[in-house]
Amino acid sequence: MSRWPALAWVMFLASIPLWVRNQYYLHVLINTGIFAIAAMSLNLLLGYTGQLSLGHVAFFGVGAYTSALISLGFDLQLAPSYILVFEPRPVWVGFLSGIAVAGMFGWVIGKLSFRVRGAYFVIVTVSFAEVVKLVALNWVDLTEGPMALNNIPPVTLALPGLGELTFWKKEPNYYLVLVVCLLSYAVIRRLVRSRAGRAFVALRENEPLAESVGVDVTRFLVLAAVISAAIAGAAGGLYAHYIKIVDPDIFLFIYTVVMVIMVVTGGKGTLLGPVVGAVIFGILPEVLREVARPEVQWIIYGFIMVLIVFFLPDGIVPAAASWWKARTATAGPSGDAREGA
Amino acid sequence: MNAPAAVLAVEGVEVRFGGLVALSDLSFAVREGEVASLIGPNGAGKTTAFNVITGFLRPAKGRVRYRENFLTGLPPNQVAEQGVVRTFQKTSVFGGIPVFENVLIGLHRRGRARPWEILLALPLVRREEKRLREEAMGILSFVGLAHRREELGAALPYGEQRLLEVAVAMAAGPSLLLLDEPVSGMNPSETAGFMKIVEKIRGRGITILLVEHDMRMVMGVSDRVVVLNQGRIIAEGSPAEIQRDPEVIRAYLGQGAKRAAC
Amino acid sequence: MDQFLQHLLNGLVLGGSYALLGIGLTLIFGIMNVVNFTHGELYSFGAYMVFGIVAALHGNFFVALFLAMALGVILGAGIERSLLRPLRGASIDTTMLVMIGAWIAMQNAEQLLWTGVAKAIRHPFPEAPLVIGPVSVSWIRIFVLAVALLLIAGSHFLIRRTRLGTAMRATFQDRETAALMGVNIDAIHTITFAFGSGLAAAAGALLGPVFVVFPTMGDLAALKAFAIVILGGMGNFMGATLGGLILGVVEEMGAGYISSGYRDAMGFLIIIAVLLFRPTGLFVRAERVG
Repeated sequence: MSRWPALAWVMFLASIPLWVRNQYYLHVLINTGIFAIAAMSLNLLLGYTGQLSLGHVAFFGVGAYTSALISLGFDLQLAPSYILVFEPRPVWVGFLSGIAVAGMFGWVIGKLSFRVRGAYFVIVTVSFAEVVKLVALNWVDLTEGPMALNNIPPVTLALPGLGELTFWKKEPNYYLVLVVCLLSYAVIRRLVRSRAGRAFVALRENEPLAESVGVDVTRFLVLAAVISAAIAGAAGGLYAHYIKIVDPDIFLFIYTVVMVIMVVTGGKGTLLGPVVGAVIFGILPEVLREVARPEVQWIIYGFIMVLIVFFLPDGIVPAAASWWKARTATAGPSGDAREGA
Repeated sequence: MNAPAAVLAVEGVEVRFGGLVALSDLSFAVREGEVASLIGPNGAGKTTAFNVITGFLRPAKGRVRYRENFLTGLPPNQVAEQGVVRTFQKTSVFGGIPVFENVLIGLHRRGRARPWEILLALPLVRREEKRLREEAMGILSFVGLAHRREELGAALPYGEQRLLEVAVAMAAGPSLLLLDEPVSGMNPSETAGFMKIVEKIRGRGITILLVEHDMRMVMGVSDRVVVLNQGRIIAEGSPAEIQRDPEVIRAYLGQGAKRAAC
Repeated sequence: MDQFLQHLLNGLVLGGSYALLGIGLTLIFGIMNVVNFTHGELYSFGAYMVFGIVAALHGNFFVALFLAMALGVILGAGIERSLLRPLRGASIDTTMLVMIGAWIAMQNAEQLLWTGVAKAIRHPFPEAPLVIGPVSVSWIRIFVLAVALLLIAGSHFLIRRTRLGTAMRATFQDRETAALMGVNIDAIHTITFAFGSGLAAAAGALLGPVFVVFPTMGDLAALKAFAIVILGGMGNFMGATLGGLILGVVEEMGAGYISSGYRDAMGFLIIIAVLLFRPTGLFVRAERVG
């Protein structure tokens, strides 16, 4: 996207809280934004690097739990007579920690992905997420298990001269999510259009060939996994401090599926694909809410997945770009439909 | 005047697949700046030899030396770092992305930008990108694919895909280039065109080791020929010498000639 | 010691049905290279069919079991024909995504039809368990184990001693050559998927009456099936059988001696451990698919 349309979009998105007053709609947009960040992060691993990682929700949840625990403070019984007391820290510390811890989990997955490929990797990543869920459920001392972590503090900004601003209301949370979303987009865009991004794509397209020209497979698989996980962790942190409750259900496989649907429908391996997918599948449930029960909606989403795979295998964004390219075919050289590198 | 030094030395390499001996005590050398060809009937072990040299396969015995370093035990990407780059027998390009991007990926080790430098969008990154893009255009012109730069790799006709393979390999900046059956499937005019490219590559001082079945090509470009059969070297010498060697003739016509005689 | 035997026995009962799940999936995985996310749904389908026939239609329990398996086979064939066959030759991600879509649709259809409330299936066996020395086992569990073993033996017979089984094994080892020898690959795919799905439905039909039936029961079952496939090696029939039994026993032991909360984690930890240390599975020497 070139400068001016992008700027226009950003201005438009920034203006939304000014004319959308309905609190419920804002809530939907905030959720959509959080999912967009998670979907973009998954796209880096699934779309660009071609890794069949289906445990993504683990990074999201780990980011959420870490951020929540650090801002709430916790006690950990390490030995019969020794209890580690961790005092509550400011939310931004928790948020950054969530990103860091999620990134570490990403490192583990990255290392694993090198040894284990294809269908096996899918299984490993799904199992990994399930194990994390079970730990969250059972390590009640730390995570409160199914009773959930409650009363998570919202984000607090110290504004010089104006005192402290606490994000209780929807509007500031919207802007926070928007900022993180734009930042994530920028980070991913920069990475993808660089030598590192080309290495990711090379691994996806033809790994032996990539190796033969000097691409260090492990290094770039791990890099993609770490950054992907870190961004997902950021999304999780945003979630924790907005919804203010975190329970083990955050690790449900269905949320990974939602992210996968968003990425695949929007267009994996493109920058805008996951965003488009997030918008569609963030807003669609609300639109269908009146008309169809949740189960029926999910059946529809299942069908959409199947239809996309059969008819628009590259997703909506590349299909739209191809269509646009065909329409403007007489004009000069145009950008490629698929963001290769 | 001294003969050029050997840059690539394959020493006593043995490869087994289960009970099958694919390569047996393989030893040969390639001298700096020359074009050497590895020929032999199908299944003789030529691609296996390539795989060993470039780190895709570990030999059971023996080692490979390039200049002062040992290549055996290095992963393929580090072999490439040493300046040894190969192409593959089965057409191997980055199919889903444009030709230009293919070559850019080939330029991977010619770039040094690190992830954190990329994320901070330091000016050096932008300068490097510009340089790499210019180089990529140069390489595409070198093989004659500049007019195809926007096409997807998989969309190219067969002959041009093979040219793209060479372009990607050249982009990696090799000092030793291993070409695995580069003209297989090409028609005579494409083959002739390719032979000119081999000469151009040699003109840049790059040493070339070639695996090929097309004898016209082999005899036309090679300084030396090494003949493999059933995992061992049966002859070595200039193209003219090889053509007259009875062992070589027997290996190629082999069983048929024997049986016909019985 | 008593505890140990009890856990062992319970583990074997569970393991027998797990083996069915695993065998079905390893065949599908091995022969078709599809990440079959619908496998768990066939499992819950089997359970729901038994429930539906017994509770809603007041049918005979044993007839219900049989019908559940048969319907599972038909459903599997249907899925393969409509979703997988058109995608033959597509990459593994593509088929995986289609299977995910089908899985979502199926699970929510079940939720829609039966609601999320767990259902119990009434069976004709006496409630009082059979007590042999230190161990006690309910009649239904004995029945389940017996049927599971029967089905395993039947599958083994099919794979090893019939022409169909030979064709399946040939397709697994070398698809192109099998096709050249006259094997109808399309038909083999459909049959494999149908057969595997039938076994999953059987596992669900058998375990449904032992536990309870709810829409998401298939998810955990599917993951355990994956664990078994990895443990035994992809395409390895004997490996899947032994893997299933091992998983059942390990789960029961883990739940009994360590913690019941982490019982389901056993399967996942096995997956991760095996993939890290012995990626080809524990039973590499055993023949593939038979």
